[in-house]
Amino acid sequence: MQVTTTAAVSQPSGLTGTDAMIEVEDLSKAFGSVQALVGVSLHAQAGRVLGLLGPNGAGKTTLVRILATLLQPDSGHARVAGLDIVRDAVALRSAIGLAGQYAAVDELLTGRENLELVGQLYHLGRAERRQRAERVLEQFQLAGAADRPVRTYSGGMRRRLDLAASLVGQPPVLILDEPTSGLDPRSRVDLWQHIEDLVAGGTTILLTTQYLEEADRLAHWIVVIDTGRVIAQGTTGQLKDQIGGVVIDLQVTDPAQLEVAAAVLAGLGDGQPQTDPVQRRATVPANGGAKSLLAAARGLDDAGIALDDLGLRRPSLDDVFMALTGQRPDGPAPPPPRTDRRRGARRQG
Amino acid sequence: MTATTTAPAPPHAAGSPSMTPALALGDIAAITRRNLLHIVRSPQLLVFASLQPVIFVLLFRYVFGGAISVRGGSYINYLIPGIFVQTVLFGGNATAVGLAQDLREGIIDRFRSLPMARSAVLAGRTLADLARNVVTVALMVAVGTAVGFRFHAGPAAAVAALVWVLAFGYAFSWVFATIGLVTRNPEAAQFAAGLPLFLLVFASSAFVPVQTMPGWLQAFANVQPVSVTVDAVRALSQGGPTLHWFWPSLAWTTGILIVFVPLAVRQYRRL
Repeated sequence: MQVTTTAAVSQPSGLTGTDAMIEVEDLSKAFGSVQALVGVSLHAQAGRVLGLLGPNGAGKTTLVRILATLLQPDSGHARVAGLDIVRDAVALRSAIGLAGQYAAVDELLTGRENLELVGQLYHLGRAERRQRAERVLEQFQLAGAADRPVRTYSGGMRRRLDLAASLVGQPPVLILDEPTSGLDPRSRVDLWQHIEDLVAGGTTILLTTQYLEEADRLAHWIVVIDTGRVIAQGTTGQLKDQIGGVVIDLQVTDPAQLEVAAAVLAGLGDGQPQTDPVQRRATVPANGGAKSLLAAARGLDDAGIALDDLGLRRPSLDDVFMALTGQRPDGPAPPPPRTDRRRGARRQG
Repeated sequence: MTATTTAPAPPHAAGSPSMTPALALGDIAAITRRNLLHIVRSPQLLVFASLQPVIFVLLFRYVFGGAISVRGGSYINYLIPGIFVQTVLFGGNATAVGLAQDLREGIIDRFRSLPMARSAVLAGRTLADLARNVVTVALMVAVGTAVGFRFHAGPAAAVAALVWVLAFGYAFSWVFATIGLVTRNPEAAQFAAGLPLFLLVFASSAFVPVQTMPGWLQAFANVQPVSVTVDAVRALSQGGPTLHWFWPSLAWTTGILIVFVPLAVRQYRRL
């Protein structure tokens, strides 16, 4: 389900003119001779989710670290919640919450102790931090495990605690760096629900992810970066329209016939098919629409290929990502994108 | 950097954006408490940190001790002040390893993204390690006493000896903090801290009189921080020319703090 929020939802007061909660202008950062970010500009509206997509090493984490004041940019500037990330870094830290792929919670402390420690470091009074810890524990269904050491938590519980810790300060902006990587599908869907609830409550979120499904579901606006540069941005619909048209998508009954099926699709002349042996699927752009589909059906039938599924569909965000970066979302795997293209999305399954 | 300075009121929801000494002290207390909880909840680390010097006491008291002759007094009274210093130094290794581990686990990132005092993580770490040293040194006093060690220069000097051991250990924990922040890897930190430690502790007057070493080694062993500190603590516990050793030990301790506190803080800021 999509949470449809309007930009007007409980927008923090005091913002002048624009309702952009995250404004990045021409940001660059190099590590030695490696250009991690090159002139990156982007904006996130209040109460919305900005999805930052890119393969490993694209610069997502560098951007996140700069916006969270952990790292200083070489040039360009950025404002989060109206505060300059360099000049107002100290004040900014009160306005952001950071949660990430590493689930930065303390193993030896209990869930409650973790949250109260964060509250203390936000300089909340004793009663206030107790109350807020209690509230987020309830909110993230951790109340029952609150007094157990985090060491005994499951992966999903750790991520929930990590997210809960980033909310103790009640920040208007949340920065989530691959919040669901490494989680099982159920924990992931569960965490998505929590994130959607936060957005419904008016929080602005910058979300980096390698899971296109996650961006598709959560993000109102997607920015694709690759090798430190913004290469595309828009809503999921706009990005899919960039590829245009429809694709033929089929599923063979016998995995051994997948390559033959792909060869038939290639014979349509509309482009290079992509295959996924595990799902036994192959896809190819279909410029001729229904005509291409009929031609494919005939060709497949002539070749004696047994099918479980055959149809036309709109391109997925996966297809967009492939077209833009020539890579799977999950890693540096440039050689011809022919097989196993959804490895990343399934690795946890 | 930015020319557009239409700074709107910060919409921060919690805390105060400006740091005051009172807030910084609160942050240091919070981090110290967190690290103390770590020590209490992983008692095996404390046990091993204590077991090692106990083994050294037994080894040198009963195995090597008979072969080592010291001028005036018994070997056990010579040995235990060296054990005190060794205990706080080897224990300080945990500072390097603990910080490197926090870095790897991303806890430090979380701390650095919070509106807390920048100094608190390092101060809290070194203070918690000081508290741990208090426990292990007290244990060494008990173990030493059990195998025949006695303070012979009066209770005030005995207290001064122990305080000085702890002060020296505290200064060294900033060296370990720097090593932990530079290596960023618990295993590497352990190695990087362990090697120089070994050299400093064994090429010193901690276990054997420096006069028994070859001349070139004596040149080093006579002036290095562990030797002068062990000799100062020995004089404080057994009587003798205390100030003769204390001044160089004080100089080393102060010098280590002057060099390594800013170095560690700078490294922390640049993470």
